[in-house]
Amino acid sequence: MKKSAMLIALTAAAALGQQASAVTVTIACGSVGQELQLCKDGAARWAKKTGNTVKVFESPNLTNDRLGLYQQQLAAKSSDIDVYQLDVVWPGLLAQHFVDLKGKVPAAEVNANFKAIIAADTVNGKLVAMPWFTDAGVLYYRTDLLKKYGYSAPPKTWAELAAMAKKIQDGEQKTNKAFAGYVFQGKNYEGLTCDALEWIASFGGGSIVDDSGKITINNPKAAAALNSAASWVGTISPKGVTTYDEEPARGIFQSGNAAFMRNWPYAWALGQGEDSKVKGNIGVSALPAGPGGQPAATLGGWQLGVSMYSKNQDAAIDLVRYLTGPAEQKIRAIEGSYNPTIASLYQDKDILKANPFFGSLLNVFTNAVARPSGPTKDKYNQVSQAFSTAVSDVLNKKMSGGAAVAQLSANLARIKGRGW
Amino acid sequence: MTTITPTAKPGKQRGIEASRARTAVWLLIPTLIAIVLVAGYPLYRTIFFSLFEANLTSPDQRSYIGLGNFWFTTDEGVALGFLQDPKWWGAVQNTLLFTIVSVFLETVFGMIIALVVNSAFPGRAFLRTAMLVPWAIPTVVSAQMWAYMYNDSFGLVGRGALGGVALLANPTTSIWAMIAVDVWKTTSFMALLILAGLQSLPSDMYEAADMDGASKWTQFWRMTLPLLRPALLVALVFRSLDALRVFDIMSVMVGNVSAARLSMTAYARQALIDNQLLGLGSAVSIAIFIIIMVIVVIYVTAFRVKFD
Repeated sequence: MKKSAMLIALTAAAALGQQASAVTVTIACGSVGQELQLCKDGAARWAKKTGNTVKVFESPNLTNDRLGLYQQQLAAKSSDIDVYQLDVVWPGLLAQHFVDLKGKVPAAEVNANFKAIIAADTVNGKLVAMPWFTDAGVLYYRTDLLKKYGYSAPPKTWAELAAMAKKIQDGEQKTNKAFAGYVFQGKNYEGLTCDALEWIASFGGGSIVDDSGKITINNPKAAAALNSAASWVGTISPKGVTTYDEEPARGIFQSGNAAFMRNWPYAWALGQGEDSKVKGNIGVSALPAGPGGQPAATLGGWQLGVSMYSKNQDAAIDLVRYLTGPAEQKIRAIEGSYNPTIASLYQDKDILKANPFFGSLLNVFTNAVARPSGPTKDKYNQVSQAFSTAVSDVLNKKMSGGAAVAQLSANLARIKGRGW
Repeated sequence: MTTITPTAKPGKQRGIEASRARTAVWLLIPTLIAIVLVAGYPLYRTIFFSLFEANLTSPDQRSYIGLGNFWFTTDEGVALGFLQDPKWWGAVQNTLLFTIVSVFLETVFGMIIALVVNSAFPGRAFLRTAMLVPWAIPTVVSAQMWAYMYNDSFGLVGRGALGGVALLANPTTSIWAMIAVDVWKTTSFMALLILAGLQSLPSDMYEAADMDGASKWTQFWRMTLPLLRPALLVALVFRSLDALRVFDIMSVMVGNVSAARLSMTAYARQALIDNQLLGLGSAVSIAIFIIIMVIVVIYVTAFRVKFD
């Protein structure tokens, strides 16, 4: 690591720096995987560079819970937290509480990022937050097991995945009762919305609500996608998959108890860690496609925004610029396999060496399907909950895919009410 | 309750009593102010917001819609009131199921434990302390602990006892799994309250009954149970109120989105926090308040009318 060299350089920069009075800035960051540690490290580097102090606020793991907490803080105009980590679907919900970074962050720094993400972070011409890392669903597989059961490549379609997972599971269960073919995020929460949107989009079933705000979910392709996912539960996936979020799924895969896993890129670095039982045996590919469809990955990712109620806005903006800058994004990509949002970093040799799949899946990351948070505005959360609940009903065999999308469509009309 | 005994005409000469009453009022004022501030004002705001369409992130921009949060159908025939939402009625049904089953089981088991611990045997003091352990663990901790035990791939119950059954995965089995956790946790509280009641019963009464040749069974039904009724009623009201407000067990074990279909309070939380519907969420809270109040009134009047 060239950390020490960099620290010296940064300290030197700080000595020449402009900030005279030191302040305390509080940042709220997530805690999935290595997020919290990397956030603390990055914040500490900034603190050392500028002479300020950073406090890290630990947020709940589930994104739904985090949003509820943040909204209460923001509605109360609390100045406790200066910098918030925002999910890619939140800028529309929270825009009014955040400082417009346009003009405060140099245009060149903003434009170095993927255009689609900057667009998602811009609400009514106001740049609510700076992209920190991007995310898209990918398929993890066990290279050793694929080889053992005579497969040379990861599955291209969901049907292939089901067949491969079944064969591997049947073979492995002879010695390991807890072995599962495929694990994903089946718990009823925002993560299920992401997973199910991938299935539906890859079957050609659209994206719940289209860009014009029309409810499009009630179609046979979407129903077929949900039915095929329901057929996995209890066959190639454990019945308990409907209680898993990101971390339980990773736990099972990383302890060597699953052949395939759908997850975000962060699971890569952890899977290659010293304590991982599947170290060196993991492959990453694009998610499978539905019949006649294209593979689809849901766009995820996190941004950093500065609260309007912050008492130290200048220092907070400086922290955001530092953390979202190329040097920090590179460290995060190498140590935690968090996808950079700065396009040029995808040619960086160190990053590609640590994450060989970043290059080959660049297409997946840049063409990921967005959740309908744009058209549904501040009702997105209700839409997402109605959707994940309907999907959950299908996975639990309470309803067929067709009945679920029909009922969901009526539900969404109810949520839309007088308009999005 | 309806007849009011006519009070003596207030005469000016009843000075001492009147001044005492005045002192009492003055002494009560700080308490009353505190209650108005910490309980009355939030209640007033909740009732107030239940009549508006308002967003949690900007409560100042609101529009008056009367009872629209409770019942409203748009011109296009879209139902918007929460009383028209089948998910709400599902939550009410599940909460009642949870309350009736768990309180019933807790009462029966609590009674058995209390009767056992009340009789004299070596190690009784130890058992009395030990039985309180599940109740002493914070609900969030015990709920998470049970969620792990129910896990189908590594849980003691899910994998070990049941061989890979995911009880929490399915809404119909998860409610029973959570009832089991609640019974495990609060039976000891019930036992404690019943034990306190048992210890106030006079022992010479039982000696007399033994002399007269009444069986233990008759003694229990004819003496213990009727005398225990006041203590039992208090315990039942306490537990029922708690069970109707169930939130933490479900939120921890199945997550907030699923919990919203299982309990009224989680439904209210989802409307208010997740969906930022300040008006609708307040209206739901009012409905929960009314439902709980009605049940308490039924409890109290039904028991009093019969047995006083």
